[in-house]
Amino acid sequence: MPKLQDEIQGESRVASLDPEHELRVQDPSGIEPRMEGHSGGRLMTLNMGPQHPSTHGVLRVVLELDGETILRARPEIGFLHTGIEKEFEAKRYQQGIPLTDRVDYLSNLNNNLCYSLAVERLLGLEIPPMAQWMRVMLCELTRINSHLIWLGTHALDIGAMSVYFYCFREREEILKIFEMFSGQRMMTSYIRIGGLALEPPRGWHKFVSKAVEQIARGIDEYHNLLASNPIWVNRTKGVGQLPLDVMIDLGITGPMLRAAGVKLDARKECPHTSYEKFDFEVPTRTANDVYARFEVRMEEMRQSVRIVRQALEGMPSGPWRADAPNILLPDREKMKTQMESLIYHFKIVTEGFRVPAGSVFQVVESPRGELGYYVVSDGTAKPHRVFMRTPSFGNLQSLGAMLENVLIADSVAIMGSMDFVLGDVDR
Amino acid sequence: MRIRAYLGEITYVLPELVAANTSAVLIESRLPHAIVSATPAADGPVLGVARESIVPVCQLLKREAGFDRLSAVTAVDWWPREPRFEVIYILHSLRNATRLRLSVTVGEGTEVDSVTSVWRGANWYEREVFDLFGIPFRNHPNLERIMMPADWEGHPLRKDYPVHGHKYSYTDE
Repeated sequence: MPKLQDEIQGESRVASLDPEHELRVQDPSGIEPRMEGHSGGRLMTLNMGPQHPSTHGVLRVVLELDGETILRARPEIGFLHTGIEKEFEAKRYQQGIPLTDRVDYLSNLNNNLCYSLAVERLLGLEIPPMAQWMRVMLCELTRINSHLIWLGTHALDIGAMSVYFYCFREREEILKIFEMFSGQRMMTSYIRIGGLALEPPRGWHKFVSKAVEQIARGIDEYHNLLASNPIWVNRTKGVGQLPLDVMIDLGITGPMLRAAGVKLDARKECPHTSYEKFDFEVPTRTANDVYARFEVRMEEMRQSVRIVRQALEGMPSGPWRADAPNILLPDREKMKTQMESLIYHFKIVTEGFRVPAGSVFQVVESPRGELGYYVVSDGTAKPHRVFMRTPSFGNLQSLGAMLENVLIADSVAIMGSMDFVLGDVDR
Repeated sequence: MRIRAYLGEITYVLPELVAANTSAVLIESRLPHAIVSATPAADGPVLGVARESIVPVCQLLKREAGFDRLSAVTAVDWWPREPRFEVIYILHSLRNATRLRLSVTVGEGTEVDSVTSVWRGANWYEREVFDLFGIPFRNHPNLERIMMPADWEGHPLRKDYPVHGHKYSYTDE
């Protein structure tokens, strides 16, 4: 017994256990805890994250609490910053495609598409219709995939556990499609500059149509499961509202803005990849709460199913990539039998292709909102600068405003409804 | 006619480029010396704005040209050219479904006026530019590092900052 006490006393001399020391240590983030509240009670500063499960990644939110009410919330980001924009500058244009997968790892094909479109615009490349329609089909499947993960994790946060398992069952079908097309389940890199990475596999049509029917049934099922659940409705209705002008001022896009009544969708606003040939609607709601965002995303999944069905019906035939031998690698067969193809192959592999000097800002609609790639070329084979305007970064900025004067339990529902991906925020 | 160097070559402010763009015409009529260049790009002209007049230009565009949203603020480093930085503002009008790019050229250590007073959404983007390029913004409410740790040295997206950082060195390219 005395021995143990000695140990305890010995430890108390360690600086980190000294209560005076703790006050002297300055938080590198510069956040100073406020000790007294205006209501007379003692305020509490609480760290949520960076490893909290409801922050969906490594996000730190510093909450200033008065009882259970959040007075101030300050998101701290950068834990997942991997310098992807810097890495782009050291790689050739085609080598940048795998990097785009890893930005928003739940909607990788949209990122592939946006980067490819930006470079294609600088190159002035024409993409054949079959490749365009295939891109649309796969991007819409990615949207469903991303929304399914959002629904599963959002419901799990609020307490409905079974939805998570159902969502991942349907998601598995989409991942099987991706694996069939590209050989990869998540980091597909399937959309390349000038077309697609590989020829679509044999039997894809039957496989995709079967999966889409299953997904369409699933979406209705989950909507009924949650929309008729009184706990879900009570936890989400009237929660997380923010005035519309503040939302626009803060630069929020995507389903969050559409749930506030603004019909902003890059697929309609500045059509690319022959989206103008598809018949679909942009769902909006006006309630501007967590429930409205849920409804908008559920409806978006139905619209995506509609687009995939149209793509399956009217898929044009023809080449799956552009006719540009100086940019796209030749067929293996041609490369081994034709001198010219061999020379092109050698040149593309050893020195890449040059992109005319200029800059372009290309926008596509990612499942989270406005995704933009700003590519600056200086005329060499490597980009001078690639900037990603990611939707999660823009949307997360509103977290501080959204969490003001709400209950700490609601913060989890609000964060879930924002649907950010930390890889997309930190890049 | 005003000139400026762009990508090592000399391009002119094309009068027809300014005349074709309604926003540029508006700025020319209200703030006569604000536009210093206009460069054609694949998605509409890029208007070069004088550093001192970026806030008035943004206010004018927000109030009268309908640019109610700021999509992003970013920068490009043209080192070793002087002045090395180009700060890019990507504006978006929900009403007219148009986008416009403004650019401000700044040298090392020169301050740019913050546009957070025009759009609150500029806050994090300007912090990011400050963190990764080291361009300071005047009148910014909270100019701190956002991506890198608070005690980080250097600004990683500058062209004279090696890709592998300063900690490790490789002989290979």
